[in-house]
Amino acid sequence: MRLQYLFDLALVLTQKEIKVRYKSSFLGYLWSVANPLLYALIFYFVFKVIMKFNIKHYTLFLISGLFPWQWISSSISSGAGVYVNNSALIKKIIFPRSFLPLVQVLNDAFHFVVSLPIIAVFLFIYHMRPGASWFYGAPLWLVPTFFITLGLALAVASINLFFRDLQYFVGLFLTILFYLTPIFYDISFVPRRYRPLIFLNPFTPLITGWRQLLMANTVNTHDLLLSLGYAGLLFLSGFFIYRKLKSRFAEVL
Amino acid sequence: MRDAIVLENVSKVYSLSYTTTGVKNFLTHLPAYIKKMRKRRFWALKDISLTVHRGEAFGITGRNGAGKSTLLCLIAGVMKPTTGDIRIEGRVAPLLELGAGFHPELTGRENIILNGVLLGMTRREIKKKLPEIIAFSELEEFIDQPIRTYSSGMLARLGFSVAVHIDPEILLIDEILAVGDTQFQKKCLDRMLTFKKNGSTIVHVSHNIPQIKMLCDRVALIDGGRLREIKMAEEL
Repeated sequence: MRLQYLFDLALVLTQKEIKVRYKSSFLGYLWSVANPLLYALIFYFVFKVIMKFNIKHYTLFLISGLFPWQWISSSISSGAGVYVNNSALIKKIIFPRSFLPLVQVLNDAFHFVVSLPIIAVFLFIYHMRPGASWFYGAPLWLVPTFFITLGLALAVASINLFFRDLQYFVGLFLTILFYLTPIFYDISFVPRRYRPLIFLNPFTPLITGWRQLLMANTVNTHDLLLSLGYAGLLFLSGFFIYRKLKSRFAEVL
Repeated sequence: MRDAIVLENVSKVYSLSYTTTGVKNFLTHLPAYIKKMRKRRFWALKDISLTVHRGEAFGITGRNGAGKSTLLCLIAGVMKPTTGDIRIEGRVAPLLELGAGFHPELTGRENIILNGVLLGMTRREIKKKLPEIIAFSELEEFIDQPIRTYSSGMLARLGFSVAVHIDPEILLIDEILAVGDTQFQKKCLDRMLTFKKNGSTIVHVSHNIPQIKMLCDRVALIDGGRLREIKMAEEL
């Protein structure tokens, strides 16, 4: 009964977010892919046309990293304001407060999943094709991506209530992380001695893993296990921070 | 008679300087900051003990800023008391605000479902009650229109209609009976009286003495965060 309720709550709130997005904007679906596609275009121009990067199928390479990144960064940056912007709900209603960041993450996850066909289209353009491994590979990768993102979103959303400036730091922080994650460059470009360092970034195995699935139709077990490790760590820390602070949410709003 | 709500020596302290001045200030002046936070305290409620019996309608009244709403928030579980104990027996529906989570772009029907789950109902429960809720709101004609087209009176009616269909064991109401026109207000009050007749416990915060008299059995008078007295409603 309780479980049914929690499921319904997550479902209805997520549906609402998706519906609102499609109802109030004329271009609906296009917006969820426009941002990463635009970035892909810019990076293609800068790094392929001007800098002459030697990466095969560079467009595909870019979008297979940018689409998952879009999910992660959008959830975390809008997650930061999710409690501040819903003060009426926090002060006046009892429901599990963790569901506000959760719904944000589910909403962006939905937009990520529906953008996968775009990647398939690009595969066909390059005379490649998505493999059957997507059917088990994608769910496998959704798990660590979901929990890493949720953990961080919970943490920043909760802390932001007490230090409102955090919202601005989050944007800055995400920009730095974007450049420190092999999204528009390949991990092999990183000098050997920095390579362990770049794997300290939890998004590194995540992005390279997604890319390997989407471009080569294979699941990289090493990356997956590392990502799952990060996911456990980040989710538990995020949830711990949320648990510590949640009883004071209503007071500081 | 069993008790629905028991409060024992409940106090609530607000730290006035909680709204922060930023990370930099906080970190550079950490000791001073903590000292300041300790000092600037405001006792919103002090040492409140009271018992609400099952099936009783209990009123809480007092001047603005007396602590009525804080008390209701504590009973609702939105906040935790600083000291003291609160025990509650039964499913609580806190109606502290009407139409929580309403989104202007969604239709009346969609908002009923949204508001319903936020108030603690499952989708199945809401769908079963949907016709009843819509009928109660008297908004059949507009129910599939986005609610940004509604007037504020219509919004209040929609919110109230969802709220009164939760079938809670304990209902917490904060001043929200004053919605819509006189006729709709009467309908709401009747609904509350039906709740009471069916054995629900009601806690009602209000300034409106006639309304309290009509609905409540006993009334607590709060002043300056303290419980002044508990009277029978007719003695008011």
